[in-house]
Amino acid sequence: MNIYGDRGNVLAIERRATAHGFVPRIVEVNPGDPLPETIDLIVGGGGQDSGQGRVAADLALRADQFRALADDGVPMLMICGLYQLFGHRFVTHTGEELAGIGVLDVETRGGSERMIGNIVLDTAEFGEIIGYENHSGNTTLGPGSTPLGRVVQGAGNNPNDGVEGARSSNVIGSYLHGSLLPKNPALSDFLIGEAARRRYGSFEPRAELNETVRRARESAKRRPR
Amino acid sequence: MRDVISALVGKSVRQVARLRGGGSALPGLVVEKMDPGFLGRVLGRLPYGVVAVSGTNGKTTTTKMIVEMLEAEGLRVFTNRTGSNFSRGVVAAAVAEGSLRGRLDADIAVLELDEAHAMFFIDRVPPRFTLLLNVLRDQLDRFGEIDTTAKLLQRIADATTEGLVVNREDRLIRTIGDLTRERTAAVDVREFGLSADLLATFPSDDDFHAGSVSAVAGGVAVADADVTLIELGDHEAVFRVEGSDYRTPLKLEGLYNTFNAAAALAVVRQILVAGPLPGREARVTVTPDTAEIVAALAQVRPAFGRGEQLELDGQPLELVLVKNPAGFRLGLASFAADGVAAMIAINDQYADGRDMSWLWDVDFTSLQSGGVDTVSGTRAWDMALRLEHDEVPVAAVEENLGRALAEFRARTMGQPRRIYCTYTAMLELRRALAEVTDVEDIW
Repeated sequence: MNIYGDRGNVLAIERRATAHGFVPRIVEVNPGDPLPETIDLIVGGGGQDSGQGRVAADLALRADQFRALADDGVPMLMICGLYQLFGHRFVTHTGEELAGIGVLDVETRGGSERMIGNIVLDTAEFGEIIGYENHSGNTTLGPGSTPLGRVVQGAGNNPNDGVEGARSSNVIGSYLHGSLLPKNPALSDFLIGEAARRRYGSFEPRAELNETVRRARESAKRRPR
Repeated sequence: MRDVISALVGKSVRQVARLRGGGSALPGLVVEKMDPGFLGRVLGRLPYGVVAVSGTNGKTTTTKMIVEMLEAEGLRVFTNRTGSNFSRGVVAAAVAEGSLRGRLDADIAVLELDEAHAMFFIDRVPPRFTLLLNVLRDQLDRFGEIDTTAKLLQRIADATTEGLVVNREDRLIRTIGDLTRERTAAVDVREFGLSADLLATFPSDDDFHAGSVSAVAGGVAVADADVTLIELGDHEAVFRVEGSDYRTPLKLEGLYNTFNAAAALAVVRQILVAGPLPGREARVTVTPDTAEIVAALAQVRPAFGRGEQLELDGQPLELVLVKNPAGFRLGLASFAADGVAAMIAINDQYADGRDMSWLWDVDFTSLQSGGVDTVSGTRAWDMALRLEHDEVPVAAVEENLGRALAEFRARTMGQPRRIYCTYTAMLELRRALAEVTDVEDIW
């Protein structure tokens, strides 16, 4: 699924990994496609509610594979629609239930209100995360997942909890489109670093923050909701 | 008497608002509050009725085409020219152009309706004819989902009394046409479309990343649309209407405008065939002649910012409005990048949409060889970051539009120029440009 520039996350990983000295290979997996034999990192996006059913059915067939990869420490970033489907279930606002694959200990209920706007998070591990959220699903976390961050500006997982996203070991789910990774290289570095450590046993970061990223973060943070 | 009072109050507010340099919609707001029936009564008297143009993209230019084609046929047309496409803007325009007795000196109203605010309008004035252009993916931050926007357009179609023209190549819009046919025989549903050869040139959001183009109606043979665009050239197009091909030069810029010209042709044909409403006395009746309508289309210039050509320092300057990934992509494909200095101005004001995520869905690699001279606007750095990821060289980033334009001008003296910009950036740039060159009044 790709809506709202989620593809930018893939591009950011590709560029950032290259800057760290790797030669990344990107494989696109559509419903029905086999998963590649070697997987270092998985990035997933969001979609229209109407398209989510098709992806959910495909995901159900691969659930064991994804759970095994997650248990093995493969870093994953799942945005919006796939964040929801990586949880236990997504109950739409009409009451229809889509089963998730339970990699993240979260569940989501469709709401009537859309949470839309520029958003700023505070996180212990990645510093300030800046993005754009757009979702009507309300997600709540079980004890098996920790939030990605505390909401400084915006709504986050739901209007009440004051937190955004979910993380279970190296799997991260989030409602931040934005696109998330180009403006938050700390998150890219975490994903790339975990992938490198899993494959090579170590990670020597080489890429640095550049001025464009710093300025893009600053201006996005200043913008109204 | 009520009309007189409303018109009088509206005109007074307009005077005051103008003196204060204020918004064009204020008189509309006041009259609406005082007399909610004003709009319906004033527009309800027009002999040819009301034409609504809606969809996510291309409304302004398409409305302009319809208006100018009808005017060429001798009709007096009332329209919302200021780009204020909310219904208060329409009331304001009715106040400004109407007589003190609240009568409009017009045969027909052709109105651009914003998808959301259209609801308010159609509750008061059911359109006699409606044109639905497309559901593209911009403004998702306002409406959330494409499906939601489609539902709003469906309601405009449901309110339409006599004729509906839909885009055959847009899945959601085509469905609205099909549902209307099933619902009632009273509404004449027509389509505009593309020849099979041209489908690949206009990717829909559905196949944006699929790399393939979906077949029309799942491969089932489709009857000819009322107007089909069958050939595209440099400022030239061929339209097929009732089995005859009409080749014409065009002053319009960009591929979408040419496709929307097919939409405008279909609507104008439908209006002229239908003629004035029964029992209404019309000043003119027109015998529709497709060749004549196409000739009028050839004279239509782009609306402001829609591929508008200005002249600056003896060189052409093009303004290209970009609002969504499909539009930006077509903008990049419509104009050759070579030999033209480029600037990109991205604002995220409310009218632009706050969400800039869509920039990541545009492929900018066609700008790699020539680079981009200047990036500007409130989200200049987001744009610069996007270009960096596509390895497009950028000479300067300056958030302030006025300064950016001055520096861009100084650095690119003697070259043709092009500026890709979002809506509010366009408005600001036009104001700045009006001080240094001729800029047509906003259409």
